[in-house]
Amino acid sequence: MVKYLHVPLSEEDAQSLRAGDYVYLSGILYTARDAAHKRMCEALEQGKELPFPVKNNVIYYMGPSPARDGRVIGSAGPTTASRMDKYAPGLLDLGLKGMIGKGKRNCAVREAIVRNGAVYFAAVGGAGALLSKAILSSEVIAYDDLGTEAVRRLEVNDFPVIVVIDSTGEDLYQTASSQYREEMQ
Amino acid sequence: MRELDVKEITRNVKEMCIEANYFLSEDMKQALAAAVCCEKSPLGKQILEQLRDNLKIAGEDMIPICQDTGMAVIFVEVGQDVHFRGGILEKAIQEGVQQGYLEGYLRKSVVEDPVDRKNTNDNTPAVIHYEIKEGSNVTITVAPKGFGSENMSRIFMLKPSDGLEGIKEAILTAVKDAGPNACPPMVIGVGIGGTFEKCALMAKKALTRPVNKRSEIPYICELEKEMLQRINGSGIGPGGLGGTVTALAVNIDTYPTHIAGLPVAVNICCHVNRHVTRTI
Repeated sequence: MVKYLHVPLSEEDAQSLRAGDYVYLSGILYTARDAAHKRMCEALEQGKELPFPVKNNVIYYMGPSPARDGRVIGSAGPTTASRMDKYAPGLLDLGLKGMIGKGKRNCAVREAIVRNGAVYFAAVGGAGALLSKAILSSEVIAYDDLGTEAVRRLEVNDFPVIVVIDSTGEDLYQTASSQYREEMQ
Repeated sequence: MRELDVKEITRNVKEMCIEANYFLSEDMKQALAAAVCCEKSPLGKQILEQLRDNLKIAGEDMIPICQDTGMAVIFVEVGQDVHFRGGILEKAIQEGVQQGYLEGYLRKSVVEDPVDRKNTNDNTPAVIHYEIKEGSNVTITVAPKGFGSENMSRIFMLKPSDGLEGIKEAILTAVKDAGPNACPPMVIGVGIGGTFEKCALMAKKALTRPVNKRSEIPYICELEKEMLQRINGSGIGPGGLGGTVTALAVNIDTYPTHIAGLPVAVNICCHVNRHVTRTI
């Protein structure tokens, strides 16, 4: 099913999504990958504020290539999400509503998605030039010293993603491949 | 003895780093175009069309094909009748990488120490492999390697008794474990034989062979075809979201090995299989 949604995500929107839905997101996304997640986790342990409000927001696991002069951003596709599995359940329990990445998630993340009525989206890996066209603005809001791994606030318009894990716990990576595996036999 | 100024090396490496990250080779473009036609899953077809569009946008608007512009892997074949002047070859190559990544708006993805993880901010050092050849040419291949797929690569130290069946199982295991993480459709480089490090190097170099060119060894050629068919029967599909195109090619190289061993390395590459070769 094709859907057009606004981000931050409302509770209803997040829970209405089903694995396999093709979704165009418009609004605000925050980028964070390995090094930023490590720092955010340390900030939480020390009782400090996170660089952005996680509640109902969506994190895009992405570190862009540099923007050319006069451009908003460089290439901007998803990175492998499983490297953030260690940090994701804690953020989901704080109200994070969605994550965009690519690749498998572990059981702890899937359970946290179900527990919090959240969602895991995949963007197409290796399509960073195409995906950059849906990004209207990009601003570094924290951890500037991390370069490409800094936290960015992105304004996006019709950013294309696919629901991989929905709030019922269904995982498209498991169901979709078995469908075509059977067909080949 | 041919005299060659290392400035030539720096200039070429710089240009090749940029070229590799904005333009895929013809064989890769053709393989992706063919994949769009034969994919049976509607969503898989849509993803492959996006990848085709992505390549077009990358070249026309000068946006890197993928934001992970890789760690630069460089193969250097040096004719033994060449004498380099004007500096040190290794330094000249690293300077080419530095200039290419800075001037080409490519991502700096290299950290100085694997544990401390401070970014070097110029994507150096590259990983360089040298070979001494006959003659007076210098042939350089620049292959920027993304780590989504690199992280899913494997080495199996099989027993001789594991034989061809063991090799097949190793390749399929690596690909199935990689699944959606490695940005399928993938290209699979395999090295069989040699030693622990030799098979890994062969697997890496096999990725630079055109995807439409099969091994000249008859049984390896058959193995490449069989593995491609079985990988595409896994159902993983484009983006790992189900489908009939999981890999574009399986490139296998071999080397003599020890009586006690059967090393097999499987180096997985995503569909952004980048490599540019120039002879200087």
